[in-house]
Parts: sequence; C-alpha cells; structure tokens
Amino acid sequence: MSRRSIDQILEGKPYKKLLLPEKLQQSEIDLVDTDPRKTQYYLRIVLDNCGRINPEEIEEYIGTGGYQALGIALKEKKPEDIIKIVKDSGLKGRGGAGFPTGLKWSFAAQEKESPKYVICNADEGEPGTFKDRLIMEGDPHKILEGMAICAYAIGANIGYIYIRGEYQLSIRRLKKAIKDAEQLGLLGKNIFETDFNFEVKIKIGAGSYVCGEETALLNSMEGFRGEPRLKPPFPAKSGFLSKPTNLNNVETLANIPPIILNGAEWFRKFGTEDSPGTKVYTILGHINRPGLIEVPMGITLREIIYDYAGGMSSGEFKMAQIGGTAGDILSAELLDVPLDYLSLQIAGHNLGSGAILIMNETVSVIDFLECCMKFFVHESCGRCSICRIGTKQMYESFKYLRGKKACCNELKNIKELAEALKLVSFCPLGQSVASPVLSVLKYFRTELSKGIDSNENYETITREMSDIVFDFS
Amino acid sequence: MTIKEIVDKYGSERENLLQILHDIQNQNPRNYINKESINALSKEMNIPVSQIKGTASFYSMFSFIPRGKYVIKVCESPPCHLLGAESIFKAIEYKLGITIGETTKDGLFTLERTSCLGICGVAPAMMINEDVYGNLNEEKIGKILDQIQEQEKERKQLCREEALTKF
Repeated sequence: MSRRSIDQILEGKPYKKLLLPEKLQQSEIDLVDTDPRKTQYYLRIVLDNCGRINPEEIEEYIGTGGYQALGIALKEKKPEDIIKIVKDSGLKGRGGAGFPTGLKWSFAAQEKESPKYVICNADEGEPGTFKDRLIMEGDPHKILEGMAICAYAIGANIGYIYIRGEYQLSIRRLKKAIKDAEQLGLLGKNIFETDFNFEVKIKIGAGSYVCGEETALLNSMEGFRGEPRLKPPFPAKSGFLSKPTNLNNVETLANIPPIILNGAEWFRKFGTEDSPGTKVYTILGHINRPGLIEVPMGITLREIIYDYAGGMSSGEFKMAQIGGTAGDILSAELLDVPLDYLSLQIAGHNLGSGAILIMNETVSVIDFLECCMKFFVHESCGRCSICRIGTKQMYESFKYLRGKKACCNELKNIKELAEALKLVSFCPLGQSVASPVLSVLKYFRTELSKGIDSNENYETITREMSDIVFDFS
Repeated sequence: MTIKEIVDKYGSERENLLQILHDIQNQNPRNYINKESINALSKEMNIPVSQIKGTASFYSMFSFIPRGKYVIKVCESPPCHLLGAESIFKAIEYKLGITIGETTKDGLFTLERTSCLGICGVAPAMMINEDVYGNLNEEKIGKILDQIQEQEKERKQLCREEALTKF
C-alpha cells in the first residue's frame, strides 16, 4: 500500500481501491448485528496468527504466545494429562473422517514398542481444499508446536511432515521454521531443559491423491507405491516402518497449542455440543468473495454464502459440494442444515475436508459429475478392481448421459454401481466416489433423466469393453 | 551431481527413494528421469530396476520421457473446470501449437494436465515449473508465455555474446 493511501486511511477517509463493491457493503452491514452467536465470528483459533505475524520470523510467533503451550506441557503436565485434556476438548480429526483426536493419541500412547512416530499429514490433494496450505504458509510454527506436544503425549521422538510436492512455498517455510526452532532449542535435544527430545523431518510427495489416505501415505513415505494397506493393524499399532505411528491432519495439530494453553472448557465454548471448536472452510465457485474462513462448527450453508462469501456473484443458488470432489452435493433444500459432523450424519451426508464449492443454475449436474468422475479415474490407484473399473464405468455413464445417449436403465445402473463401490472398495477413495453420485441421484433425478435417450435408438452394445471381451472368449 | 552424491546426501535406505528421484529429475535439463540414472540408482541403492520404475511411474510428478524446459501444468479439477479450465487449455494449445502431453519443437514448453494445485481461490490456475499463476484468461496466458519466450531469447543472446567475447 502506498504512503498516500495509508495517510488517507489514517485521516479517516475511505480509500477507493479497498472498498467493497456496493452490493457487498450491504451484506457487511448485516454481519455486524447483535446476534450473540455471531459475535464469536471475530475469534479465530487455527488461523489466529495468519496474516498477523511474519511466518518466517520465529520471534514474532513467540511474541504472540507461541511455544508457551509446549513449555506448560513439558514442565507442568504428564503425558496422560495432555491426552485427557485433548479427549475432554472433544476435538475431532479435521482431515475429513472426524475421528476423535484424543482417542487416537491414547491408542498410540498405549503401545510399548519404540521408536514411535508422529506424522503430520499435509498431503492435501482434495480438489477445492487449500486450508492446510494456508495454515502452513501463515503459521508454520503452530504445527511444529502441535506435533511436539503430540510427541510428548504419546512418547515419540521423531516427527515427519508429509507435504505434497506442489506446495513449494509451504516446504520452504516449514524447513526454515524447523531450522529456527532447532537453533533456539525448541526442537532437538533436551527441550525446555527436560529430558524430552524431538526432531522433525520433511518428506515430499510426488503428486498422488490417494496418498492422503493414512496407510497409503505410510507406504509412500517408505518409498513404495502409494497404495493403501489393509487395516487392521492400524497405524497406531504398526505404522511407519512397522512401528507405532500417530497421524494427524495439519488443522488438527494446529488446534492443539490453543487447547493446551486455554483448557478443554474454553474450547468447548465454540461450536456445537457434539463437534466443539471451529472449522476452516475454503469457499469457492460462483460467489463474490472466494477464500478461506474459520467459523464455529454448526454454522449453516446459508450463513456461509450470504454472510461470509458476500452472496452469489451471478445467478441463483443451485447446489453446493461440501468436502471437495469426494464430497456430497447439497441442493437448495439443505441450505439451513447446520454444518457439523452429527447434523450432517442425520441428514445422510458427510462433512469432509472443508471445501465448499458453490454453484449457480448455469452449471449442469451431468457435466459437473463427469468432471468429478474424470478426476477419480485418474487418481484411482488400481489396487482393487471395483475402484479401477468402477470409476471408469461411472465416467463413461456420465459421458453417455451428457451426450443424451444413455440407455433407459442407466440411472439404475449408476445407483447399483455406486452402492457396490461404497461396499466393496478397499480404501476411502473408492468408497467416496459414491457420495457425489448418490446425493445427485437423490436431489437431481429429473435433471439426470434428461440425459436418457428418449427415442431409444441407442445401440445395445456400445461399450468399447464388450468388444474386447468377445475377442478373448 | 552424480547419482552417488545424491544418494549419499539422503542415505541409501528405501524411504529416501522419492526424494532422490525428485532430485534426479530436477537436475536433468529436460525435466525427466532417464534410463541410465535408474540403472545407476538401482546399483547404488540395491533396489531392483523394476521396483524403482514401478514406484516412480505411480506418481504423476515423475516423467520418463524428455520434457521441455518449462512444464506447464494446468489444473483440471472441478473448481477450475467450473470457471473455464477448458478454454485455458485451448488458449495454450493455440498459442504454442501443441496438444496435452506434447513438447514444443524448440524444447521450451510441455503442456500437461494436473489435478488440484491448491489455489482454487484464484481459479482457473496453472503452474509453470514452480511458479503458480491464478485468475487466468486468454490475454493473461499470452502475456505470461510471451514473457518467458522473451527471457529465453535474451538469455540465448547473452550466451552468444559471451561465447563471442571468449573466442
């Protein structure tokens, strides 16, 4: 910002470039009302330091109270106390599955074998999700602190951060953060003059979506193909190099230092009874202000669109996909369902990783689903046949629907296949293919049926596959 | 750096394989992993060639065919698709005269598809080597590619001049 513009702001004059468009100013006024729940909007837990401090200076992080939680944990609390605080806080894994974090830690803590590992899952491949990237870029030390506290609680001495290869800036910043923390003795040997040692290393991924699944991530870290492993044994028992391992998402770990500092009771003040705390969402699509928000759990889709995203940028709301490409598609009738793990489960949906893609009426459901399926065809690892062949078949079905060449029982076939994928697939990738498909079948059946060839002049054997099968039989 | 130096830098355990492959690819002027380096790596790390190739081919960031100096990766995931990723592909194809997966004749550009780059807030987006570009449109793409071509021309000119002065 230029000197002139700063002077202008200091004098109390509005600076034209920074003003919101007119229609946005209106919604801004709505936001500052007296709804007591909405006053919480101004408090952030995970993104507290993002944009406020220089992420490359460790002194600035310490200046805002950073590494205090680690000091308190190491000096005043026992590992069991920390696991109890995390359990009491009700924090759930923010990677998408929503497994209680405290419970996960207690599994790893029970194991006697050593060494144990703490792994931060920063392989954020879900299209539409970029919250982890912004946390890593904006506040890398918070993740390191969270990892150190976790390591102390479960009795680990080595930590890894697995970052996708595309996130070059995050890799650079985290590497610098680790170096700075080691210099000040906040990582390394005898941290805070206790006998606790902890070092963090970085592993870089190479472009694979399925590696976000925890066991596939472990295989990839060991230098193999990133294919998922059979569970059980769970990573807590036999993870990285067959040793007990605790895996957490970036956002989950970033929640830990504030919880240790302020206590479980404080954390429970935010969000709902079942899902306490805040959630970082990335909001995208046909809206006025795409970007990142941190809101209490249990906020509705309507509030997100009209209070935070500044309303639709063009057209009317048609549907929203929550949780990235592997997430459910919600229609306008679900605008007022609170977004938390329990309420969505009751409505038959899943919260997922926190991406909200909002679409207006110009988007064709069939075209959009075809694009989603193309993504899955590309990313299916090929280990189990239902996922490898099923995703391809699903993609072809939507291609036929788009060309209005589908046969009369195409929708029935799609539903059958989606249910089979959900039941039979080896890992969550194949299972999650079903979520967008089944939710679209639920809400947009009439629109899908427009893709069916009403003249019934489709060729019965149009599938390329059937010819090949004949050749070999 | 030779293969041996790279392996020594990280250690010859299997868990360092991906990092080593990244380094081998990055130091190759044509952005790919060639046969010779896989063979050398196999001897150095004591892993069969088939295993190295099998692992590397799983990941989309590794390539076994020579690529251009600048690898253009255009995001094709749903958020970018909604805001017009297809037209971005077309604009680049038209400008450079290549289709997806091909390299320009001067060995400068390769066009590839990629899944989400994590910058959906500024969709549609693309990545050229390690630089990220967002909020793309045809005009902006023209400018970016022109700029790179201009840079390369200047660099070549400088090299030529330097060679002449030495001569």
